[in-house]
Amino acid sequence: MAQEVAIAGWKKWMEDVGEQVGFFARFIKNIFVGGFEWSEFVRQCYEIGYRSLMLVGITSFIMGVVLILQLRPTLVTFGAASMLPKTLTISFVREIGPVIIAIICAGKIASSIGAELGSMKVTEQLDAMEVSGANPLQYLVVTRILATTFMVPLLSLMGDAIGLFGGYLALNLNDHISASLYLTKVIASLDFTDFLPAFIKTIFFGLAIGFVGCYKGFHSSRGTESVGIAANSAVVTASLWIFVIDGIAVQITSELFYQ
Amino acid sequence: MENEKQKAVNEQSQSSPKNETVIKINGLKKSFGSNEVLKNITIDVKRGENVVVLGRSGQGKSVTIQCIVGLLQPDAGSLKVFGQEVAEMSDEELKALRIKIGFLFQSGALYDSMTVKENLEFPLTRVLKITDQAEIDKRIEEVLDGVGLTDAADKMPSDLSGGMRKRIGLARTLIVKPEIMLYDEPTTGLDPITSREISELILNMQKKYKTTSIIITHDMECARITADRVVIMNDGEYIAEGSFDELLKSKDTIVKAYFKDVS
Repeated sequence: MAQEVAIAGWKKWMEDVGEQVGFFARFIKNIFVGGFEWSEFVRQCYEIGYRSLMLVGITSFIMGVVLILQLRPTLVTFGAASMLPKTLTISFVREIGPVIIAIICAGKIASSIGAELGSMKVTEQLDAMEVSGANPLQYLVVTRILATTFMVPLLSLMGDAIGLFGGYLALNLNDHISASLYLTKVIASLDFTDFLPAFIKTIFFGLAIGFVGCYKGFHSSRGTESVGIAANSAVVTASLWIFVIDGIAVQITSELFYQ
Repeated sequence: MENEKQKAVNEQSQSSPKNETVIKINGLKKSFGSNEVLKNITIDVKRGENVVVLGRSGQGKSVTIQCIVGLLQPDAGSLKVFGQEVAEMSDEELKALRIKIGFLFQSGALYDSMTVKENLEFPLTRVLKITDQAEIDKRIEEVLDGVGLTDAADKMPSDLSGGMRKRIGLARTLIVKPEIMLYDEPTTGLDPITSREISELILNMQKKYKTTSIIITHDMECARITADRVVIMNDGEYIAEGSFDELLKSKDTIVKAYFKDVS
């Protein structure tokens, strides 16, 4: 009995993986066939990017402040307070900024896309689009996934800048450091290998957030309860994907640049 | 090759003379898991005909019309529209067919992030690929006038009543001038007066656009107003068919149960 349940579970999981691969293939195909929905893409960039600015900005600022306040006592103990700007910059740009911002975006954007498309499915709007001869994948999925792929890296860049600014203000709570000196230290700390791999992985974070949100919404079942499930499942799955992608990206980056 | 097939669907639909069967269903079966919803559906629908399908909820009335537009795949049987087997159509052929079929959903299924005007523009720009704004505006004005809601263009679907949503849903399907209309319970959830208005609107639109229609309903007043022919569905099969008046006189107990409150 337990074995049958386990086999059924595996079978369902494999079917789900197969469906996700098929959905991704259809997404790629629909980027290139038919006309591209530019106006919807721009609208989604606005919805996804502009409407997330405040949340990402505040979170990044607080993260910058908190990191400095947490790091300072330890570094002061070792007489390395002058290393604070460098430590913050490298940790924020390489890892903390992209991952925290992607997680925030997963919570806000993936859930919103999952709920929106799930609700469209429940109210037969997706079916209506399909039976009219229009292509819901082209209009709803391609635009949303590309918009997240495009906007999450930009949000991440903005978040890095705001986080470092928060760090600067936090440093000045206990020490005095001029803006020009702080900026010089920040820029001097950064290398091509700190910035580019982190930026590239945010593109994949954006892709994962958009894809998971669309897939969960598109494949929700018919009841209203499924809208909540789709939104919740989108956040959980997208967050998990962010950590998986981050793990792979760190491994590749370490192999290539930090050996 | 795909374009030739798509062209064949178009030519077939355009060249069909009156009284030609446009929808031919034979021995259609559909199950969901162990639940056999359609057991043996056989029906022919002729060009310009209004066929009303009556049946209790959960009998698979909507499943039949979802099979016609390819939203669901039948398990067995034949389903031909304009002479072509729907299950064997390629994506392009299915798309060409769907442009010729209007589907009015029970809820209206208006795109709730768009205004009424944007809802009506959507099939014109995305499906028919019309780029001339004057032509788009003319068609929108025409259908809104047809459904009696000329002032609703800038409203959001959430600002509309149930009856208005149905009217706009009807306008959105009619704007592409389909040859076949499928109505999924068009009067469900509406008050008797609005139900009657929608039923009369369906009849008027059918006369104006000369469409072939299948109307799924359990509203007897709607059936009386719109039907050229009524089909009664019971337990996954069509058990009786005829004109409304013929069925009204039927001695069959199941048929009589539907007509017992009709005066």
